[in-house]
Amino acid sequence: MLFKYNRFHRAAFLGKATEFTGSINTQVDKVDDYFHLREENKRVHRMNDSLMNLLRINYSIPDTGQRLFIDSVRIDTTIQYRRYLSRDAKVVYNSVISENNYLQLNRGANHGIKDNMAVINSDGGVVGFIINVSPNFSQVLSLLHTKSRVPAVLKKTNTSGTIKWDAEDPRFLILEGISKDVDVIKGDTVLTSQYAYNYPPGYIIGRIAGVNTNKATGFYELKVRSAVNFSSVQQVFVIENLQRTEQLQLERDTEKKLEMEKRN
Amino acid sequence: MNDLLKNIFRLVIFLLIQVYVLNKIPHLHRFIVPYLYYLFLLWLPFTMPRLTLLFVGFITGLSLDYFTLTPGLHTAACVLIAYVRPYIINILIAKEVTEFKYHEPSPRGMGWGPYMVYALILTFLHHTYLILLQWLQFGTFLNFIIKIGATTAISMLLILTVELLFSRILKYRTNTA
Repeated sequence: MLFKYNRFHRAAFLGKATEFTGSINTQVDKVDDYFHLREENKRVHRMNDSLMNLLRINYSIPDTGQRLFIDSVRIDTTIQYRRYLSRDAKVVYNSVISENNYLQLNRGANHGIKDNMAVINSDGGVVGFIINVSPNFSQVLSLLHTKSRVPAVLKKTNTSGTIKWDAEDPRFLILEGISKDVDVIKGDTVLTSQYAYNYPPGYIIGRIAGVNTNKATGFYELKVRSAVNFSSVQQVFVIENLQRTEQLQLERDTEKKLEMEKRN
Repeated sequence: MNDLLKNIFRLVIFLLIQVYVLNKIPHLHRFIVPYLYYLFLLWLPFTMPRLTLLFVGFITGLSLDYFTLTPGLHTAACVLIAYVRPYIINILIAKEVTEFKYHEPSPRGMGWGPYMVYALILTFLHHTYLILLQWLQFGTFLNFIIKIGATTAISMLLILTVELLFSRILKYRTNTA
C-alpha cells in the first residue's frame, strides 16, 4: 500500500477544526452508541469465541514422550521481533453515503496514532487506514473510498489481487487483478495480503458474492461482500506495523541501487 | 443584532441536522444523498450586502466541509449560490416585495410559485456544481446526470417539507424597523 492521498488534507486549520468537530462528534456518539449495542456485543462475543478456541487447553498432545524443542539460541520473540502492535479506539464519526467516506476515531497523536496504521473492526474485519491525525483525534480512510486500494489474497488459492470500491453499494467491494485461470467460486474468503505494508496479514475483508470477468483485460472482476457492516462500526483496533519504515527504506534503497547499476 | 443571533442559531441547527441526521441516514441507493443545509443561504435577508452574502456562503460551506472532511467541496458550491442568489431574486420577484414588504425569502411573502422556482434554481446550481466536482474525480457521465436529478428532487422534497412544517413568522417591514 504505497498510495498517497493527502491532497485534500492540507486545508488550512484542519488540525484545529478536527479537534473541534471531534469534540462535538464525541458527544453525539454517546447517544448513537445505544443504537448499536446489540450488534457490537455480538461481534465482541464472536471475537472472544475465536480467541477461546486458540487456548492451549483445547489441544492435547497425543504422545507424552514427544516434545517440541527449539534448536537455536532463544530470543525474546515478543519484544524484539514484534511486528504488529494494536491499540483500541472508538469511532466517533462515520458515514457511508458519500463516494469518499471517512471515519473519525477518538485517539490521536497523543495516544501514539500515526498515519498509515491499519484500522480493524472489533470482529477482525478490515475497515481502512489512518490518513490524518490531530492531537486527540484521527481520520480513517474507509475501504468505502474511491481512492482506497488494499492488497488482498484469496484464502483458498493464495492468489493476490487488489480490493477497491466502485462507489455503488456500501455492502460490496471489488476484487481486481486475479487472472482467469484461478478457480474462484461464490463464498470464497478474501483476506489481507502478507505483502501489504499497512495491513497485517490474514484479516478478513469479505467473501466473494459474484464472479464476473472483465472482457478487456481477461481478469476477474469479483464482487466481494464486505465482512464489516460499515454503517455500524463502533469499537475498532488500530494496528501499527512496527517495521513499516524499515520495509519502505529497503524498497527505496533497492530502487536507488538499481538506478546506480543502470548508470554504470 | 437580533437578526445576527437568529441566523447564527439557524446555521448551527442546519449544520447539525445535515451532519448528524441527513448524513447518517441508512444507505438506500447511491443516488440518494439528501442535502438541506444550504437552505440557510436561501433564507438570508434580502437586505444583506452582496459581499457579506459571499462571506456567509463561504463560512457555511467550510463549516460543513470540516465535518465531512472534504475541504473546499461544499464551500465552492455554497459560494456559487451565494453569488447567484441576488440575480435570481431580482429576476423572479417584484421589487416591492423584496424592498418594502418582507424581510427574507419565504413562500408566504413571495408566493409558492416564485419561491419554489427560486429554490429549484439554486438547488440545481448547488448540486450540479457539487456533483461536478466529485464527478471530475470519479464516475461516468450518466451517473453524473442521474445523480444531479435525484439529489435535486430529494432536496426539493425536503425544502417543501421544511416550509410546510415550519412556517416562519414573517415580519412585515415598516419604515420604523
